[in-house]
Amino acid sequence: MTEIVFYLFATILILSAGMVVASRNPVHAVLYLVLAFFNAAGLFLLIGAEFVAFILVIVYVGAVAVLFLFVVMMLDINFVDLRSGFSRYLPIGGAVGAVLLAQLVMLGLAWKTDPQLLSVVQAAGADAVDNTRAIGRLLYTDYFYAFQVSGLVLLVAMIGAICLTLRHRKDVRRQNVDQQLSREIADVITVVKVESGKGVQL
Amino acid sequence: MIGLEHYLIVAAILFTIGVLGIFINRRNVIVILMSIELILLAVNINFVAFSVFQHNLVGQVFTMLILTVAAAEAAIGLAILVVYFRNRGNIAVEDANMMKG
Repeated sequence: MTEIVFYLFATILILSAGMVVASRNPVHAVLYLVLAFFNAAGLFLLIGAEFVAFILVIVYVGAVAVLFLFVVMMLDINFVDLRSGFSRYLPIGGAVGAVLLAQLVMLGLAWKTDPQLLSVVQAAGADAVDNTRAIGRLLYTDYFYAFQVSGLVLLVAMIGAICLTLRHRKDVRRQNVDQQLSREIADVITVVKVESGKGVQL
Repeated sequence: MIGLEHYLIVAAILFTIGVLGIFINRRNVIVILMSIELILLAVNINFVAFSVFQHNLVGQVFTMLILTVAAAEAAIGLAILVVYFRNRGNIAVEDANMMKG
């Protein structure tokens, strides 16, 4: 049963990853990316890494893919024009990909875990508690500084993204509170005595 | 029985698809960014698989740090893309030579 589910998830993951690369419409590519992330989360669930699986769905599907979708839909781009080099680059890309895949698969098949390693690196609290609690115990103790630094990375990324895309447009009128508060009556109001029948000279 | 090597091979195929995507979509920077996300996903699959099959949770902690960096990278990349589009009017990165580098 587990094998069937694994092969199902793995097949859909690889097919949808291929469609991300090959699809003509980038909106479809983003949606295939979402499908790929869901299936990767399924693969993680299958070997009992629940926490990472749900984080993957929340972060990637909820944030990154939506960001991609937003940018793809916001920018007015002629995507047909962008695909012009597709067939030209296919031979060299395919050759590099084939070599890389052969090397990685050979490495993956030849991998043998040192049985001594299994007894040595048993992580703290990895047994008898559920996955999320065990990760929490590890993350908030031994890896606390790394966790804080990752928060800092997100902060820097946020500031960077805002600084890059923020622009002050000259043609938009904004409220200037300083100017409003520093106005004096004498600057803006003149009291004019209007004589009957003569009107006002401004 | 599903073992470590099954996961390693799935991750290898995914990684290769990501590299292939960078090669064949040289002009479309959005697809290049999505290919980078696929590559990072393959790395994450490797980390989680090794972590589970060696009974060592550190791999899953590291996966979360990779997720953080991937999210930051996507945000910055897309922000740069928006600024580039605002300046140039298209996103064909193949002829990005404004700085004459």
